Amino acid sequence: MTKRVLMYLNQFFGGIGGEDMASIEPSFKEEVIGPGVGIAAAIKDNAEIVGTIIMGDNYFGENEEEAKQFILDTINEVKPDVFCTGPAFNAGRYGFSCAGACQVAHEAGIPCVSGMYCENPGLEYCQSIAWVAETANAAAKMRKAIPAIANLVNKVCTGEEILPEVDGYFPKGVRKCIHVDRIGADRAIDMLLARLNDQPFTTELPMAEFDEVEPAPPIKDLSKATIAIVSSSGVVPAGNPDRLQSASAQQWNKYDVTGMDDLPAGDYYTVHGGYDPMYVNEMPTRAVPLDIMRELEHEGIIGHVYDTYYITTGTGTAVANAKKFGEEIGKELSELGCIDGVILTST
Amino acid sequence: MVKEIERYGIPIVHMATITTISESVGANRIVPCVMIPSPVGNPNLAPEDEHKVRRELCERAVHALTVAVDKPTQFE
Repeated sequence: MTKRVLMYLNQFFGGIGGEDMASIEPSFKEEVIGPGVGIAAAIKDNAEIVGTIIMGDNYFGENEEEAKQFILDTINEVKPDVFCTGPAFNAGRYGFSCAGACQVAHEAGIPCVSGMYCENPGLEYCQSIAWVAETANAAAKMRKAIPAIANLVNKVCTGEEILPEVDGYFPKGVRKCIHVDRIGADRAIDMLLARLNDQPFTTELPMAEFDEVEPAPPIKDLSKATIAIVSSSGVVPAGNPDRLQSASAQQWNKYDVTGMDDLPAGDYYTVHGGYDPMYVNEMPTRAVPLDIMRELEHEGIIGHVYDTYYITTGTGTAVANAKKFGEEIGKELSELGCIDGVILTST
Repeated sequence: MVKEIERYGIPIVHMATITTISESVGANRIVPCVMIPSPVGNPNLAPEDEHKVRRELCERAVHALTVAVDKPTQFE
């Protein structure tokens, strides 16, 4: 029997528009759209795509409850056998939206499939409840993502066994009991001997690495404190003098705001390519709130706004780079010796 | 970036809209903001009202820096 697949795309892949349409309300179309076309062709022996939900990237992030209700209502109406989202590649808002959508379907008992890059912020949750194919970090590699996703949809439909090493998806963290030839004690001793002899071995159970940072102690006297502003919103002086990238930042920059109470529109703008720049270009302080912080300074609520702000672009920026920028900015702020606290704004 | 700066012992507050991402990556002090393309602003309000919102968010953010926390905490 042909299974029914419900697709879930954002406004861009759904063919509605770009950033300017990111806040659009969700819609459902009984059509095969965008990546769905390639997926439908690859699954036609087992399934058909019966329709597509199109959800604005910003709409989901800003109206999560309404968005999830829309998804649930559509699932109840369409009654799919499989729920297929993305691929989201490295798009953070889209990945987060796919993860949230999969949560709704998963709780309704529908198996879910998706596709993401390993650093997508939506992955950590999504991979535990959906079969998430590993994709490249950009839509330029759509042609490889489609068969990877279609393969998972096919196997979910036929009930064939799905394995990470065969089917290229992120492990779900589910443990299955299997029989092997040698008892655990033998295998463990072999592993221990290999480790003691500096020989390679493969763990049977990778341990999760927790990287928690101890919360820094609070500021005791705010009225004497110097607060620095850091932002990933990409707001730079007109002309982008240091050529900050619009995506996949390779650098962070800092700009002197001594004696300034504002970042006037026109003199400052955003180069960040991951959100609609209209509102921040109208008023750059909607992202880097120097004006409000100066008010707090003039009124004695805080001691001082540090006279330099730090900026980078958050979209598509590799986690390793973001970590490096944080380390470098943190080191600089720490070595100044006078910074008591930081506000970091993100878009 | 928030975590790396905090590692130096400097209290830091993340002002962001998608706070679940902030929490999951381990920011300890978080202030939920207005909207993705305008975190510390609301272009849908009249200027005076927008100013009130912006002011309130920043006051909340600096206040968060004075509060001891032991895990990711949202200041709403």
